[in-house]
Amino acid sequence: MSALRPEENAPARIAEAVLLVVALALGMGGMWMVGYSLEDGLPEGFWTYSIVLAALAFTTHIVLRLRAPYADQVILPAVVLLNSVSMAMVLRLDLSPLDMMVGANAPRHIMWSAIGILLACAIIFVIRDHRSLRRLTYTAMIVGIVLVVLPLVPGLGREINGAQIWIFIGPFSLQPAEFAKIAFAVFFAGYLVANRDTLALAGKKFLGLQLPRLRDLGPILIVWAVSLAVLIGEKDLGTSLLFFGLFVGMLYLATDRVGWIVIGLTMFAAGAVVAWSIFSHVQARVDVWLDPLNPDLYDREFGSSYQIVQGLFGMAHGGMFGAGWGEGYSDRVPFAYSDFIYAALGEELGLTGLLAILLIYLVIVQRGLRHAVGVRDGFGKLLAGGLAFVMALQLFVVVGGITRIIPLTGLTLPFIAQGGSSLLANWIVIALLLRISDAARRPSALPTRGALADPAPAMGGGDAIEVGGAGPVQAGTEAGAGRGTTPDEATQIVRGVDR
Amino acid sequence: MSELTFTLLRLGYLVLLWVFVLSAVAVLRRDLAGPRTSSSRRRRPELAGPTPTPTPGGGAPRAPQRGGPSRLVVVAGPLTGTTIPLTSSGVLIGRAPSCTLVLDDDYSSSRHARIFPQGGQWFVEDLGSTNGTYIGEERVQGIIPLAPGVGVQIGQSVVELQG
Repeated sequence: MSALRPEENAPARIAEAVLLVVALALGMGGMWMVGYSLEDGLPEGFWTYSIVLAALAFTTHIVLRLRAPYADQVILPAVVLLNSVSMAMVLRLDLSPLDMMVGANAPRHIMWSAIGILLACAIIFVIRDHRSLRRLTYTAMIVGIVLVVLPLVPGLGREINGAQIWIFIGPFSLQPAEFAKIAFAVFFAGYLVANRDTLALAGKKFLGLQLPRLRDLGPILIVWAVSLAVLIGEKDLGTSLLFFGLFVGMLYLATDRVGWIVIGLTMFAAGAVVAWSIFSHVQARVDVWLDPLNPDLYDREFGSSYQIVQGLFGMAHGGMFGAGWGEGYSDRVPFAYSDFIYAALGEELGLTGLLAILLIYLVIVQRGLRHAVGVRDGFGKLLAGGLAFVMALQLFVVVGGITRIIPLTGLTLPFIAQGGSSLLANWIVIALLLRISDAARRPSALPTRGALADPAPAMGGGDAIEVGGAGPVQAGTEAGAGRGTTPDEATQIVRGVDR
Repeated sequence: MSELTFTLLRLGYLVLLWVFVLSAVAVLRRDLAGPRTSSSRRRRPELAGPTPTPTPGGGAPRAPQRGGPSRLVVVAGPLTGTTIPLTSSGVLIGRAPSCTLVLDDDYSSSRHARIFPQGGQWFVEDLGSTNGTYIGEERVQGIIPLAPGVGVQIGQSVVELQG
């Protein structure tokens, strides 16, 4: 293994470096404008924040050059942009004199960002091949379930704002569900890559849908139970939706059977209706969603629509081009620095800025799905696809909640919302996506195997990391019922010939 | 700071934000456009050992050379008439389900032989098969060049490159 030697002919990653400079300039520009609009001078800590962000961003860039030279060049700048724009926003809310904004804490935000970026670097440095995670399939399942259950443990968890999703260790609070998301993605990828043939092919056909066998439903029932437990025990609608959506999405990725989506949506709808009819807090959320401007709902003490209405007013004030950094009233929205940071950005950057930010998320998700298509092993495909999908789903749940497309739930906007767990977990996701993208874009070893200069037949095949389109080495270890796990282009070519 | 300066800065910020988005998209366009044309791909193999992998899913990559053979045809044996379009990653022939051309033939090995392009020329390589790969009467040893129209015997089948 070429440990620290950058591989020959590896891309120089110029595009990444240039985009990083622009991203950091946007973050610094935001902080600068915040300072001049609120305090008529550079905000306190401007240089610290800028230098920490720039140094860590370029550290990651160098780590990628050394350890994952073929990794995607757009993902890192996009994420750095989101993180530095969020730095500017949190700083802006931190400078607000309102009591409501005491929770906004820029120094703590930069600290968690730094830890997140360093963690991502460490993961890229240590994990050389994403397939080593496959060995952790069932460990990941147990870790995921433990993380989900932790907030319910008396003494560790505490109920805040109606949801019991935090654990408290010393001065720090964590939302373990954010990390459980990654553990579950690893578990589902490992589980599905081993079982997808049974899940896809066994079972009866009904109304044109391939229904799975009852006994194959076991795992999906377990996950359904876990997400219901989250919903009931921790009163957290968003996380519950996230886990279940992740599993159904990955099942569909693995099996290509629409039947699973139908079953999944039916089960979730049933669970949601039951939860709605039993729990008053779910009912309150739905009422607020349907009719936020009703004075009774706006004025009531618990579960009022105050927050969502303030968020809507803020975004309306922002209009097309925004009020400008520091010029809006985004500090009047409760939790504008965490759950409602999207509304705050909407007020200060306007629809134009929000659309740019949504497009950046779209780019990240598209890269994840693209590398899921490109990577050659089934586990990597499912993991990249699942992680990209769960980020898109989370974005939909958050933005949909704030803009009143769906009932509001308590999820965080990845990389933008203030909060340690969310930042750490999403930087881990990015590290995994970068690692998989490196495997996906690395030139295959197969075409060089027969190179005239070195006709050793076993070269490349023994390494088994890169297998060309046909994937003959993988087929030995991962083949399901007579079918290679990678739906390789080879079979597709032959199928195309048959027609 | 005057009102005007601030407005200009505010709009300039949004412009820069979109510049970032559009340049990110421009970087992506490279692989949205699919595999590159043959001329730009041919240059690389001479410089570097590894040829860039054709991106799976981005459409079937074409043969590495214009004017060279474009398909592999089975001309004798149970699969006579089967045609496989040639790609720059070559064709793997054998009984294993992962092969490009899967033979149901007791006389062939699971990974029997490989036909692949290198520097504008096509080669055939026997992958240590039990019964051997033959061109005419001659057993293929190691890697030898393969011209279009020359039959390669693998088990009961004969394949050849065609333009």
